Amino acid sequence: MLLRQPFPPDAFDQVILGCVNVIADEMNPARVAALRLGMGEAMTAFTVQINCGSGMQSIDTAYRYIQEGISDLILAGGAESLSHAPLVFRNSAVGWYASLFAARDFTARLKAFAGVRPSFFKPVIGLERGLTDPIVELNMGQTAEILAHEFGISRHDADEYAAQSQQRLVHAHKEKYFEGELEPAFGRDGRLFDYDDGERPDSTVESLAKLRPAFERPWGKVTAGNSSQITDGASWVILASEDAVKKYDLKPRAQIIDSAWGALDPSIMGLGPVLSSTKLMRRHNLALDAIELWEINEAFGAQVLACVAAWNDDAFCRDVLGLPGAAGEIPRDTLNVDGGAIGLGHPVGASGNRIVLHLVNAMKRLGKKRGIATECIGGGQGGAMLIETVQ
Amino acid sequence: MATPLQVLKPRDLELGPLSGLIASDAGTTAESAGGEITVDTLRRKVQAIALPPSPWKHWRLARDEDGVAWLVIDKQGASANTLSEDVIHELGDVLTQLENDPPKLVVIRSAKPSGFIAGADVGEFRGSAAPTDIEARLQGAHDIVDRLDRLPVPTVAVIHGYCLGGGLEVALACDYRIAVEDARLGFPEVLLGLHPGLGGTVRLPRLINPIEAMTTMLTGRTLRARRAKSLGLVDAVIPERHVRAAVADVAARKFKTSRASTSVTVFNSAPARALLAARMRRETKAKAAPEHYPAPYALIDLWETHGGDPRAQQKAEIASFARLIVGSTAQNLVRVFFLREKMKGLTDGEWRGRRVHVIGAGAMGGDIAAWCAWNGFTVSLGDMNAEAIASAIKRASELYRKIGHKSTDIRDALDRLVPDLRGDGIRSADLVIEAVPEKLELKQRIYAAAEQQMRGDAILATNTSSIALEQLRTGLRRPERFLGLHFFNPVSRMQLVEVVSHDAVAPEVLAAANAFLGRIDRLPTPVRSAPGFLVNRALMPYMMEAFILLDQGAPKETIDAAAERFGMPMGPIELADEVGLDICLSVAEHLRQTLKPSADGRDMFERPLPDIPQWLQDKVAKGELGRKTGKGLYEWKNGKAIKKPPEIPHPPQPAPGAQADADHLAEMTDRLILPMIDACVACLRQRVVGDEETVDGAMIFGTGFAPFRGGPLHYARARGFSNVVTALEQLAGKYGERFRPDPGWSQLA
Repeated sequence: MLLRQPFPPDAFDQVILGCVNVIADEMNPARVAALRLGMGEAMTAFTVQINCGSGMQSIDTAYRYIQEGISDLILAGGAESLSHAPLVFRNSAVGWYASLFAARDFTARLKAFAGVRPSFFKPVIGLERGLTDPIVELNMGQTAEILAHEFGISRHDADEYAAQSQQRLVHAHKEKYFEGELEPAFGRDGRLFDYDDGERPDSTVESLAKLRPAFERPWGKVTAGNSSQITDGASWVILASEDAVKKYDLKPRAQIIDSAWGALDPSIMGLGPVLSSTKLMRRHNLALDAIELWEINEAFGAQVLACVAAWNDDAFCRDVLGLPGAAGEIPRDTLNVDGGAIGLGHPVGASGNRIVLHLVNAMKRLGKKRGIATECIGGGQGGAMLIETVQ
Repeated sequence: MATPLQVLKPRDLELGPLSGLIASDAGTTAESAGGEITVDTLRRKVQAIALPPSPWKHWRLARDEDGVAWLVIDKQGASANTLSEDVIHELGDVLTQLENDPPKLVVIRSAKPSGFIAGADVGEFRGSAAPTDIEARLQGAHDIVDRLDRLPVPTVAVIHGYCLGGGLEVALACDYRIAVEDARLGFPEVLLGLHPGLGGTVRLPRLINPIEAMTTMLTGRTLRARRAKSLGLVDAVIPERHVRAAVADVAARKFKTSRASTSVTVFNSAPARALLAARMRRETKAKAAPEHYPAPYALIDLWETHGGDPRAQQKAEIASFARLIVGSTAQNLVRVFFLREKMKGLTDGEWRGRRVHVIGAGAMGGDIAAWCAWNGFTVSLGDMNAEAIASAIKRASELYRKIGHKSTDIRDALDRLVPDLRGDGIRSADLVIEAVPEKLELKQRIYAAAEQQMRGDAILATNTSSIALEQLRTGLRRPERFLGLHFFNPVSRMQLVEVVSHDAVAPEVLAAANAFLGRIDRLPTPVRSAPGFLVNRALMPYMMEAFILLDQGAPKETIDAAAERFGMPMGPIELADEVGLDICLSVAEHLRQTLKPSADGRDMFERPLPDIPQWLQDKVAKGELGRKTGKGLYEWKNGKAIKKPPEIPHPPQPAPGAQADADHLAEMTDRLILPMIDACVACLRQRVVGDEETVDGAMIFGTGFAPFRGGPLHYARARGFSNVVTALEQLAGKYGERFRPDPGWSQLA
């Protein structure tokens, strides 16, 4: 992406990166990325974290900096390497380690050493802990199960959604809709990664129906097939002020109109998009059908469907959203038109960034003007961004 | 504006009371080169402090508050310190002062950012002198270094950067050696056909394990600071910021050393020396023939004979060094050293590019891109085929792992090597290098597309090895910014690059290309666009003659041995396999097509290139391409050709006696080597290359032409031009017109 620009990489004012699972070796991945991208030693960079909204938060923060007139050119991204998520030691084991080091003489050390218990060495999978809400002690899949239940979404509905998502993704790939958006990665060992291996052209409602529930066995509805996949990924967008556009003769693709964040009980975090997007639409006096294209991050098939159902739910819209009644039905042909995280994966820090980028590209392709990219956020939040294309 | 580190870095060098001293050097070119801020210019600007004048040209001496004398070498008018005669002579004066008024401690260090002392002044080795004169001069230098050794106070050499040859010998005469982390120590004399000559052969095997000492001197290899520490060659490795504290510890006698005393005693005993020397001779013989490279054998003799008696060894070292330096091997290798300096000198021009774009991720393009990225450029590697880029990245990371010492260096180089499937990098590139298959229309199409996107001041270079640049440039909008950069395979090891000009190229573009090559540590050879340029043009008759010999029944091992006996690093048959028979075939076909007498019969070659044997085409068709396919003319295993021991060849007409055999082998060598030299003469006559030195340098660094012979033309000159011409004419009479000497011989002085 930097190669495509008519300005050198050190022309940026700053770099903002969303990342959820920051690894111990690189505590500020934004700065690491800026340096490794050859953007110069003087490039300031910081990392933002709001779980699954991090990649969108980086755009939002950059947008506000530019709005304030502080910066003119910002590289905003999201990155996640869930394959690097660590195994962590239990607190009890950490305590034992500490006592070992604190022991001053040999006997004390021996005594401390004798305190070891086998359970200390049973590792905790960091990733699993990260995907479990600490307040309500539910993992993310369970929050989707709750929504499926509340809005009467069946296993079949969720599978059907997932199968369609996969088909849309396969079609988009075949039609080269991701050209210039999805870049292949090259391994040091010569391996070429030009496809997300979560893309499954052979997924059908029938094949998905065979999978066992992933979180709540045996009767749960959320399976590995109708959920997003845990993957590595990164996404960047460039934000420029009007001055920068003029200075470098840039061709803007879209304009950020506004953004909004919303929050609710962590156990139903999947409704975050409804709260945040509604806030946005109300602020701009837009009805649901004024939004021509939607990207709702596919954390779970059932969760996306729950959002659609919530806007179509009279009581929910009236009592929760303060609307006069049901907002309406988002037509499926304006929602996640090229698939989403179910096939492409959900690298948590990157997804919020990717859906904004893809929304822009999809709107440009389909000749649409106004769209919203929005995601649910573990911990009970949602983020939404209102975008208009620039012709 | 400068970066903070650029301003602060020059403050690093710890010179005690002389800190802040501005190194005297001629390196003002760095500043004039586009006004870019370098450490050197900042040194001058930021840290100019007033120091009293020194009574010496090259040395400075000052005592600090603890009574430690800081002796700083700062060779006048040079960017690196070398031990010229007057530098050593002055050291004698300095020592007199120190002997008369001994300080508590003497610290020797360099004021040059480039390092401690880079060795002797090689220029003083040139030319012939009587060995006895040389011995007398050497004895004088030895006396001075011995006085340093005998100073009644402790002496410490603080070493940063290069500490080679004579520089290391000075350091060895000190009581302690402290290395800064970037220090590189070694005795490269053997690479110049010499061995250490300032007491190094005496002191090193008595300081560290003699096996390691001899290996270091026999290989000429440079040791990194950590390795030097583990051998006991240096006593500590520290960052620059701890120099003052370390020196204070030496002064306070708190400095600890650990040296290899047991192995020194054991392996220096006479029986051990006899045993080890025999082994060393065996191992050396596998690498260098004694008749071509006498120095390593002289070094082994010195140690074996005198390893028990330092005084006798010192005397013998002086005599041996004097003998070697007047010999032809050392003189020719010194010549090669200066040929390299001359080629490096071409890279001094100005070019401030930072971005390279390579079109084509094939074997050459990928490797060129990888090499440029390793040397600090941000390189976009353009290819529409992602698989090709992937395998180029794989080769790059394998190369980096081999040559890189730090994982961060490897990571950074890979970060700078950017895959570019759509050629987006062309727009921001300062230099675009095209390395696509050798097809005229394909290249022209690529240029047309690239030129649309390239910046007006960017340079377009082709890696073509065969297509005339005059043809390639037709259709270019900016032919003046187009030239050839002909790299050789493997790019990371072949130092030579032919810089190919044509009738429309601008001189500043050629200068910029040379400067670029300097920045990627390659040696430029300016050539004019002509079939095969210089190197391939000269190599082809050599390889074709080998094929003819093969067809006439000579065993391939014998043919290779005939060339290796002359001093070629690899025989022509093995070379053909190494290069790839497909490449050989295409170059040969191309040269046969283009090397025809021109219509007026004047400018092109009058002699035909031999016919291409049918079996070569068959082998290529069968996919037996040489090393890369595991089978060519040889079978290859683990990257090595499987060879039988060479037979003594039987001459076509039976002629009895050993002398006839030897004559026959000599004739075979002439049949291989002389056409190569003849082609060089033709290239000179046709002004493909500028001068004899360029030819010799290019052939040595581009083909490995026996370096101890000083290059093909130097060899012909030494043998006698008329002798060579006669030999060629005799061969022409016997074997055909292809040996007819080029008219250019008569133009050579």
